[in-house]
Amino acid sequence: MGAGGPPHAHLTRVREAYPLSLHGVGLSIGGAGPLDTAHLDRLRALVDRYQPASVSEHLAWSTHQGSYFNDLLALPLNRETLASVIRHVDRTQTHLGRRILIENPSTYVTFEASDIPETAFLAELSARTGCGLLLDVNNVHVSCINRGDDPVRYIDAFPLAAVEEIHLAGHATDTDETGCPLLIDTHDRPASEAVLALYAHALDLLGPRPTLIEWDGDVPAWDVLEAEVRRAEAILNPAEIRHVA
Amino acid sequence: MWRDAQQEFASALLDPTRPVPAGVASSEHRFAVYRNNVTVGLRDALADTFPVVREIVGEEFFDGMAQVFVRRSPPRTPVLIDYGCGFPDFIETFDPAAGLPYLADVARLEWAWTRAYHAADAPPVGIGTLAAFPPEQAADARLVLPPSLRTLVSAWPVVSIWQAHQSEGTGTAIAERGEAALIFRPGLDVEVRGVDESTCAFLTALSDGLTLGEIAGQFQDGYDFDLARHIGAVFELGAVVDIQISEGGHR
Repeated sequence: MGAGGPPHAHLTRVREAYPLSLHGVGLSIGGAGPLDTAHLDRLRALVDRYQPASVSEHLAWSTHQGSYFNDLLALPLNRETLASVIRHVDRTQTHLGRRILIENPSTYVTFEASDIPETAFLAELSARTGCGLLLDVNNVHVSCINRGDDPVRYIDAFPLAAVEEIHLAGHATDTDETGCPLLIDTHDRPASEAVLALYAHALDLLGPRPTLIEWDGDVPAWDVLEAEVRRAEAILNPAEIRHVA
Repeated sequence: MWRDAQQEFASALLDPTRPVPAGVASSEHRFAVYRNNVTVGLRDALADTFPVVREIVGEEFFDGMAQVFVRRSPPRTPVLIDYGCGFPDFIETFDPAAGLPYLADVARLEWAWTRAYHAADAPPVGIGTLAAFPPEQAADARLVLPPSLRTLVSAWPVVSIWQAHQSEGTGTAIAERGEAALIFRPGLDVEVRGVDESTCAFLTALSDGLTLGEIAGQFQDGYDFDLARHIGAVFELGAVVDIQISEGGHR
């Protein structure tokens, strides 16, 4: 979102060869306050300039009263927050003049005020705003294990018809003070076998979808990244063949 | 109400002495993941913008200093390339760094570098563009500098210090005298150069929008000032992106 320089020069060259997926972390769609109009304008300019194949954001918040926390923070899921997230997605889609995708977040805490399951929340959000969904399989695994839920049942309950893009990533494994598992979405290592198994399960249900590997911490050498792409393709390619057949 | 709960959540993120917010049905340890993500993420953003400051003070000192700044002055924009404007001034008042009086100016240079890196593209024009004007118009000409250009006058050898941290193992001695820096981006690469005091004054006059005639008048009574040499030098550097004539409008 700078004015010029190497980032735009490189992105322009990439855009000449590939479709782009613009993935935002700064809109704070899950916040209680109004969206940041200046940021919407910047995003609009970027979308106009690069004409990406998809534009996505998260079911999360990152800004409060003007302070930006640079993290995707959890919100309670209930009628009140559903209404405000619907308003924010509507406003974003109107401002950008296009549909966006909303991604399921990785979460570390739950709220007493939550009374709608995340899958039902996202289903109603998509139905009411027309937005698509981005299924982050690593986030499903991380959040479900952290909450004590079953990731496979989460995928089975997910509104899969709205899914237009999938994300895979690696996570760190820790425990909380009671010895319960605490997974942290770190994007700094290969996806776990459990996440790839969940990915295969999701593709069985929804067919092949464009898949992005998020590895933006401790970025490794090219051959390591390429090997990670091969692991995903070993699951994605058979799904494509099955889908065509 | 989510608005009130969010306020409490936000306050607890940057203040580790606050308890886990009411309504969060999870342990201290789990909430701490968010606290850690926020502090480390913003600290890393500062580390990206101020790599030489970090190298000078070391990782541990930098992390501690950045954490104090992050908690006191979180970004007011989600655009992290714009975060850190206040960091140099903060360093100047940060007591544990008082033994390194040049550190704030090194940070100012790095901030200017980041501004230049992300500034709007503006290809330089050659001196032939100026020569194309009739001589009687030249006095009314304004040389337009690129949006990436900044100057920094320091009481410390800030350019030499910065340059010493750009490559491995250069053991050049750094003279104990002030330096002025010119930071700009003629193409894709940011350039940092030491410039003399009169060049710095000339660039400041240009960025203030003075015409060449006005600059000639202003500097005439001062120190030994060679206008033709300075004009040649800024074109040579690639630091002129347009020429405007004050009466006749824009060319």
